[in-house]
Amino acid sequence: MKKGTLRQILLITDGCSNQGEDPVAMAALAREHGMTVNVIGVLDENERTEGLKEIENIALSGGGIHQLVYAKQLSHTVQMVTRKAMTQTIQGFIHKELQSILGHDKEIEDLPPDKRGQVVEVVDELGETMDLEVLIMIDTSASMQHKLPTVEDALLDLSISLHSRIGENEYALYAFPGKRKQVERLMDWTPILKDIHTIFPKLTTGGITPTGPALKEAIDAYQKKRSKRGLLDDGYIEESSS
Amino acid sequence: MTGTSKNQVADVPRGTTISGKWNKQTYQIMKKLGSGALGTVYLADSVKGRVALKIGTDSMSITSEVNVLKQLSMVQGTVLGPFFYEIDDWERSGKKFPFYVMEYIDGEPLFTFINRRGKEWIGILMLQLLRDLSALHREGWVFGDLKPDNLLVEGSPPTVRWLDVGGTTPMGRSVKEFTEFFDRGYWGLGNRVAEPSYDLFSVAMIVLNAGYPKRFDRPKKDAEHYLMNKIESSQLLKEYKPILRKALLGKYGYASEMRQELFALLQGEKTNVRKNKVNSSHSRVAARQTRPKAKKKRTGWVETVLLVAFLLFFYTLYLVGHIF
Ligand SMILES: Nc1ncnc2c1ncn2[C@@H]1O[C@H](COP(=O)(O)OP(=O)(O)O)[C@@H](O)[C@H]1O
Ligand SMILES: [Mg+2]
Repeated sequence: MKKGTLRQILLITDGCSNQGEDPVAMAALAREHGMTVNVIGVLDENERTEGLKEIENIALSGGGIHQLVYAKQLSHTVQMVTRKAMTQTIQGFIHKELQSILGHDKEIEDLPPDKRGQVVEVVDELGETMDLEVLIMIDTSASMQHKLPTVEDALLDLSISLHSRIGENEYALYAFPGKRKQVERLMDWTPILKDIHTIFPKLTTGGITPTGPALKEAIDAYQKKRSKRGLLDDGYIEESSS
Repeated sequence: MTGTSKNQVADVPRGTTISGKWNKQTYQIMKKLGSGALGTVYLADSVKGRVALKIGTDSMSITSEVNVLKQLSMVQGTVLGPFFYEIDDWERSGKKFPFYVMEYIDGEPLFTFINRRGKEWIGILMLQLLRDLSALHREGWVFGDLKPDNLLVEGSPPTVRWLDVGGTTPMGRSVKEFTEFFDRGYWGLGNRVAEPSYDLFSVAMIVLNAGYPKRFDRPKKDAEHYLMNKIESSQLLKEYKPILRKALLGKYGYASEMRQELFALLQGEKTNVRKNKVNSSHSRVAARQTRPKAKKKRTGWVETVLLVAFLLFFYTLYLVGHIF
């Protein structure tokens, strides 16, 4: 089995998009490109979320995971969602392999329990050793401002978890809306995520939340990265559709 | 929480018979023991006697725990975690629920026990825990999600047992399941690579938790200083400071090192305590052992102190399984 790179887009937001392309469509597009889109909705205590449906749908069509959390639990959640999403992607891949061995519409559950252990071992092994690229897309609209220090903590926590793995990691950091543009790049691809507090924009235009364009930009960023490395890129794992 | 929303297992009522699809064993549900992110654990009756049954929804994570339990059950001579019996699927109204069966640990939560029996038990139970961790590490595993919820005190003599091997990780890999308060990564005092010092940090935080039952959050910065202050301002924790400090800062490479130092500290302390209050002895053992003595002619207090200290020493050795 060829070891590839897992590509994720991690969207951290607190509400509904209101500008540009439909984010659910953009998430579907990202998935076609072999990325998964995971969404974390950050709430204030006592806050109810109107964007719930959208958050769920973005993750669903992006082949990823979504989770709503209060700001306080953000750290634990970000690393957990990222790792779960990795596992899910790898499982989808293994699932396909299994089907080619066992025949169609066979699930892992169709294996006797004693045989499942080996499948889990392979999933664990890949989750630990595969390279990972995460493009982090942060909603910095006015309502998110006071949550940004928590987001920052959560991202540092994420990097602690990912760097404890054996595989390599790369991160890129984007914010939306940007100061002048809809989406702004805060950090280009880098293996180390640190000093992020210095780069979060201090002030942003209130009112707009261009989630769709942000996702589109994320796809472009991945495309550029890939073409930069040449056409003979290492294989990536595609999410299976079931 | 996943995109493909998983159906939760509804509580399984008392008296329900669970039968395994593959192995055809049956289990009678007696009561719910607890639940967590990955499933619910029930006490059940079976031909094996009373067992604990963990029923989940995600067969991958159930299988993953079983992988660990199987490995631990193979370790000869020591009991590391609940003994594993079998894994199977339960079909209930058309849906399949993976479950596994393990030894039922009839114990009391760590802090409930300590509150009932006295704070002096903390040191003793930690000695036991460190001995088990030492064996676990020797086998190439790190416990990972070590916390009071995952520790039970069982039987007589009281023995600490651990449950929930969901966080147990092969040495050198990354710990995936942890609880913030007990995780050195959260405190900015280390990474999440599975190595002995990861668990030893958690052991120290369990002791801190005994001093601060409500726990506390991390500070904005300088967690090290903050934790040291917490230790110093607690009557209970102060005496353990040198050991807690080293564990929190990752200075112990092995559980056995920490165990030895804790052992030495407890010995010193016990002898001192005895010297100061021979008469108001509150230790059950000491009381029992000195009573017959009192009937005799007055024995010199030095002898009494020595005897009590001696017995206590052996009792401690016994409790932590050093001898017998
Ligand atoms: N073998 C066992 N014997 C007795 N009680 C158990 C056993 N396993 C689990 N429990 C009880 O069930 C609770 C939840 O089990 P656990 O395995 O920790 O689930 P989770 O991984 O979801 O946290 C535990 O905190 C404990 O109280
Ligand atoms: Mg638990």
